[in-house]
Amino acid sequence: MIEIDAITKRYDGVTVVDNVSMVIEPRTVTVVVGTSGSGKTTLIRMINRLVEASEGAIRLDGEDNRSIPGYELRRRIGYAIQGHGLFPHRTVAQNIATVPGLLGWTKARTDAKVEELLTLFQLDPKTFGPRYPHELSGGQQQRVGVARALAAEPNVLLMDEPFGALDPIIRAKAQEDLLAIQKHFGTTIVLVTHDMNEAFHLADKIAVMDKGRVVQYGPPAELVRAPATPFVETLIGDAERPFRLLSIAKTGAAAEPGEAEGEPIREDRSQQEALADLIWSGRDALPVISRNGVPMGRVTLDAILKRAARPR
Amino acid sequence: MRVRFDKLGIVIALLAAYGVLWSSFATLKPNRIVQGQAESMLQSLPAWAGWGLVGVLVVAITAALFRTSPWIKLIAAVAALTALTLSIGYAATFLTPAGNTYARVSPASGFWILLFAFALLAADAITRLDPPPAMRVLFLVLAALGAGALLMSGSWDGLSIMKEYSGRADVFWVEAGKHVELALGSLFAAVLVGLPLGILCHRVAPLRDGVLNTLNLVQTIPSIALFGLLIAPLGWIAANVPGAAALGIRGIGGAPAFVALFLYSLLPVVANTVVGLAGVPRAANDAARGIGMTGRQRLFKVEFPLALPVILTAIRIVLVQNIGMATIAALIGGGGFGVFVFQGIGQTAMDLVLLGAVPTVALAFASAVVLDALVEMNSRVPNGARSA
Repeated sequence: MIEIDAITKRYDGVTVVDNVSMVIEPRTVTVVVGTSGSGKTTLIRMINRLVEASEGAIRLDGEDNRSIPGYELRRRIGYAIQGHGLFPHRTVAQNIATVPGLLGWTKARTDAKVEELLTLFQLDPKTFGPRYPHELSGGQQQRVGVARALAAEPNVLLMDEPFGALDPIIRAKAQEDLLAIQKHFGTTIVLVTHDMNEAFHLADKIAVMDKGRVVQYGPPAELVRAPATPFVETLIGDAERPFRLLSIAKTGAAAEPGEAEGEPIREDRSQQEALADLIWSGRDALPVISRNGVPMGRVTLDAILKRAARPR
Repeated sequence: MRVRFDKLGIVIALLAAYGVLWSSFATLKPNRIVQGQAESMLQSLPAWAGWGLVGVLVVAITAALFRTSPWIKLIAAVAALTALTLSIGYAATFLTPAGNTYARVSPASGFWILLFAFALLAADAITRLDPPPAMRVLFLVLAALGAGALLMSGSWDGLSIMKEYSGRADVFWVEAGKHVELALGSLFAAVLVGLPLGILCHRVAPLRDGVLNTLNLVQTIPSIALFGLLIAPLGWIAANVPGAAALGIRGIGGAPAFVALFLYSLLPVVANTVVGLAGVPRAANDAARGIGMTGRQRLFKVEFPLALPVILTAIRIVLVQNIGMATIAALIGGGGFGVFVFQGIGQTAMDLVLLGAVPTVALAFASAVVLDALVEMNSRVPNGARSA
């Protein structure tokens, strides 16, 4: 659990983060969104003390983050940034082994961890371990960057626009991978982005920042249903509202007993995808199947449209 | 198969043809300071040797002229250079009248032109072969061994430059030692001071402009003026600081030369350290902090290794510059190869000037090759990938 308690950061009298308080639950994904200059990067950099707060306190599992030296704190917290920040003069394996090296792990333990992480990120350890970062594609570099951040098995992973430099196709894949990794390790992830689609796709909770303040902090559905300020409303976008609602709900939740013709859809697909399928194939209903392919009934166009309407 | 000409080869061939046909090969002088009588290649050598040399050169020129494998060009260049150096030694024996110890034979313009042309051919061939750094150093060692063998064999003993040497063999090696000591010592001191200063300038931004501008200013002072300017303060130190004189600090001699070379060396070392550190990708630096490196770990594990090729480039510049500039130290009694250069100028004995100049050039060239190889070995990361 990360407790952010009335934290403020000022640079030469200019307030960048203004009296922010929020509690981040363990093993969840929290996404901080906002325009550039809203203070979102500064906020997460205060969690691992890359930026020292001017006022207030941040507690990790009840312990003040100023109780140990900054560099020791940062070794316990994963950190991944846009453009990966890999060390160009070290191989992929050496990059991932950086924090274990700083913590003084044995070689055997480090090697095993490097191999485990590379395999987990679908990079063959024998092929990719000895390569240098410039020999990798953008998506591979980004995966190594995240693998390096996770090498010391941190409870908390901070990510600053980690997918910002990736093209849309690789970005979607990277987001899926991140969710899978998060489930695998149960890591608490705090991620900064200015991409609302990314936020809605990844977040358990979204914090919207505007001019250094958190103007709304809650589950994605709540932001759509009850935007706290006009800024939040603009950020979500009038034309996007129904689709945002559908994008965060699963098809299974809209399923009803009955039969339908044609290609089925899996229950864990979003309702937005179900809608797209319905419109594209010109059908009124789709068969729904479970992850294992067991039929679960159908989902109708009407049911989806009702769910996309403004909640009352 | 279509015959294709090599562009640089044409230039080399024209140069070499001029050297063979229209220039003199060796000069015979009645004594070491008067103007001599220039002799052509065929006049300088017995018929068999003269025509033999011409034959080797014609074959080498042909190899240069057409597009062939770089190996063939390299072998041709080495063969031509070997033939040239052996012939000039032989010409000295051939031209010197028997029993005449005053007469001097020295290489004339044609020899130098041919030497330049085939050195160019060799350099071009090596560039095209693109050998790994270790191989380039090996080439250098082979060339040095070849030159050493040539000098030891005595085949050059009749040449004027070797006659100048034989009269000064002891002094030559003493001055060579002083020259290397001045050039390397001042470089070492400059690295010792310049590296920390560069790191400081990188970390403390307000300091940067002041330090670099001051060093720039030092760099613009002409070397002789700087030697002069240092005489007074060093003289004062020698007179007033106990023990300073015992350490060899004096107003003239090695001390001001050392200090001047040190000051000239500082700018490249400090500037390149700053540039090298500034070139470290921001993201890598940010990540280094973000994953928990201390300031020192970041400096030694990330910033310094990434800046090393740029810093080594500075050391290369400084070493070559110092080897050349140390020659001027002789003007204020600092010793080094400059001693022969200035003595030679004073006596209008050009062969003596060469005795100082040739080793200086060879030393500078060898250091450049070795340090270039070092720079390349340390920059495993291609430049394009550094801005990742």
